[in-house]
Amino acid sequence: MSETALHQAVTGGQDKEYLSFVLGDEHYALDITTVKEIRGYEQVTKIANAPAFIKGVINLRGDIVPIVDLRIKFNVGEATYNDFTIVIMLNIQERIVGIVVDGVSDVIRLSEEQVLPPPEFGVAFDSRYLHGLADVDEKMIILVNIESLITSEELGLVAPESVKDDA
Amino acid sequence: MSIDIEQFHGVFFDESDEHLDDMEQLLMSLDVESPDPEELNSIFRAAHSIKGGSGIFGFDALMNLTHVMENLLDKARNNEIAVTADIVNVLLETLDVLKDTLNAYRDETAIPQENIDERIKILNGVINEQSTDAALGDNGALPEISANIQSEGDPDESFGFFDDEPTSAGANSDDGFGFFDDEPIKEELSYNEQAKSECNEDDGFGFFDDEIPHISVASQTDASGSATTETIETETGEEEQGFGFFEDVPSARHINTTLETASSHNSQRAAKQPSSAATTDLHKTTNKSAASMPAKPVAKPSSKKGTVRESASIRVDTTKIDAMVNLVGELVITQSMLSMIGQEVEGQVGERLQLAIDELQRNTREIQESVMSMRMLPLTATFNRFPRLVRDLAGKLGKQVELVLQGGSTEIDKSLIEKIVDPLTHLVRNSIDHGIEMPDKRVAAGKPEKGTVILSAEQKGGSIIISIIDDGDGLHRNKILDKARSNGLAVSDDMPDAEVWQLIFQPGFSTAEAITDVSGRGVGMDVVRRNIESIGGRIDIESSAGEGSAFFIHLPLTLAIVDGMCVSVGKQIFVIPLLNIIESFQPTNQQLKTLGNDTVLYIRDQYWPLVPLYDFMEVEDAALSPTEGIVVLLESSKKRFGILVDALVGQQQVVIKSLEEHYRKVAGIAGATIMGDGKVALIIDADSIATTYTSSQIKELLS
Repeated sequence: MSETALHQAVTGGQDKEYLSFVLGDEHYALDITTVKEIRGYEQVTKIANAPAFIKGVINLRGDIVPIVDLRIKFNVGEATYNDFTIVIMLNIQERIVGIVVDGVSDVIRLSEEQVLPPPEFGVAFDSRYLHGLADVDEKMIILVNIESLITSEELGLVAPESVKDDA
Repeated sequence: MSIDIEQFHGVFFDESDEHLDDMEQLLMSLDVESPDPEELNSIFRAAHSIKGGSGIFGFDALMNLTHVMENLLDKARNNEIAVTADIVNVLLETLDVLKDTLNAYRDETAIPQENIDERIKILNGVINEQSTDAALGDNGALPEISANIQSEGDPDESFGFFDDEPTSAGANSDDGFGFFDDEPIKEELSYNEQAKSECNEDDGFGFFDDEIPHISVASQTDASGSATTETIETETGEEEQGFGFFEDVPSARHINTTLETASSHNSQRAAKQPSSAATTDLHKTTNKSAASMPAKPVAKPSSKKGTVRESASIRVDTTKIDAMVNLVGELVITQSMLSMIGQEVEGQVGERLQLAIDELQRNTREIQESVMSMRMLPLTATFNRFPRLVRDLAGKLGKQVELVLQGGSTEIDKSLIEKIVDPLTHLVRNSIDHGIEMPDKRVAAGKPEKGTVILSAEQKGGSIIISIIDDGDGLHRNKILDKARSNGLAVSDDMPDAEVWQLIFQPGFSTAEAITDVSGRGVGMDVVRRNIESIGGRIDIESSAGEGSAFFIHLPLTLAIVDGMCVSVGKQIFVIPLLNIIESFQPTNQQLKTLGNDTVLYIRDQYWPLVPLYDFMEVEDAALSPTEGIVVLLESSKKRFGILVDALVGQQQVVIKSLEEHYRKVAGIAGATIMGDGKVALIIDADSIATTYTSSQIKELLS
């Protein structure tokens, strides 16, 4: 893709910065302030009784951090793991979570006017987790409300009150 | 100004807590017949420090009460009041009110003003009643001072002090804290600072409220003193007088008044004047203190020689230590990665690298040990609250109890200390309430009138054992069984004792005939066990009817590290806490029995449920047949069972990391740890496996 073209979307003023990434054929972006770092995929330690999209945990400099594969969760693209597989480490509500994506594209700046309301259907994400859509370089970028996604009950990353004995 | 001050509230609260604890201990150990003047002095000083601090921070309620208390203590230590058991009681009760008040200030809740007023009244009553010699100048001086304090009689000067401060706020406030409370720090100060702080400590009030001249005196001595250290050492005569002056508070008060008249004069004269004004008094106290004061007088002569040997301590936020523990853990991992790489380097460079890595390994290990030891605290502080508790309780119940404390120096992780207090308190109360009999009953049973409760702690290998042993009535097997039946629990008469005793941990279980406000409500023992288990410990009971009972609490040394056996299942490594492991072996076909679709073990004349770890943990590529793997027999507080793993990898200490911090609790897993290669290994939670493994027959066996 033409990254430089994305930069043309850059305008001044009250803009917010987003990190855009690719899942399957779709382009997504999330609030860059939640991003802690971007890493390559590394071997995880599996956790029993976890849904398939929770790959396991890794050691992030002493913190035990879960890794979620959004491709599995939202059934987009193919969940393959190679040297180019990317993990975006997010820092959300004092928790660290890694999400596996097909690739990271760029940092884009969007003004509020550029963000269009999300469609009710047609994307893998439930509209609850969407912030809106933006058209950048004639590509539709789906802005994800990553905080509500990561903390959602559906993902089950944040503990419900007690452990479910569903062993 | 308030901003500057408020940031020290936390320190003040912490240190006041310590002072209150000290006072309580000292009061408890005070021999009423012939009170040790030094102990009285120490109690007085502690009260004084709290008063000083609370005055500065404007905690008036606290200050007023400590002030009256201080008056009483002052008279006691000057032999104007004979200390009686009643007075000790009054003082102890006052301490309770002080604690409440302190907590109220800390939590910003309502101040128990009524209690305070009542205490003040009682204390004043004691003072007036007991005071034999009201003619002493002191008496007049005290209310005067308190009046000063409350009205801030001399606003100009007191504010002047604070106004001076901002420029050097950091240093000064530090000093302030040092001298108000923290003795070890103070003892490290140079002599002059010490002298200065002494005068501040002992008369902190005067200093802050009306004694600007006083400060200047101190600082002048300071200035001249530090400039010419030898002068001070040669001027021992004056030194000692000055010493007495700073040390002795009543005379310090004299001095203050004198000082005001002599305020602008040079320090030496100022110092001489008052000391000669109060000579006789001073000599007395100087001698007294030189003879018997433990901490400070020892520190002083030695600080003169410049060889201070006192254990100084620093308050450090535990989160900082935790962060450090974390980092050191990382360091250890990096180091082991490095040594793996180092092994691949060949030739001369390789050898040199290996030497350097060995050195690094030693150092990291030492760093790790010392960081871990920072979290460890002796149990003394926990134990010391018990004499008071036992005394009060025995008094209330009309029993005679002697408490024996052993092994208080045993060190244990700080986070465990906080959690062990409640269960211990509960068990000790139980021992006294249910265990120890009334004196007449004891005599009738041929026991000494006075019951004994032993509270002891010792370290055995990787765990700490705290025992609460009493020579009371013991547990009655039949009573417990009867109660269990009436509670609808499944019991049989031929249950082993150990199992019968465990029944008392059932919720709602109490065999006490009458419910007292001490115990017998049947809530508690289950909480005790739950609390202990929540910190990875367990509790055992030994008892024989009529002879007494013993409760043994087994605790891990620390929550942060566990001794574990690493086992492999498929490609994954799991860590099993050694505490849970009974034994491990390769099972033979004879030992394996089939029960429906499940396999159970027959070993040690018992059937053991067998939990295949690959099944529980959903691991692929593991050895499926038990005879190809290793069985590890586990014992948790709830169940005994075997788990099937592929192989034993080795035993090692692992740092426990929380899974919940960034994820959530997972059934069967206590936490995670990071192995030498930087990978994550999960730590097995035997209790949780026992309760969550739900394979039909095995579940039946487990329940």
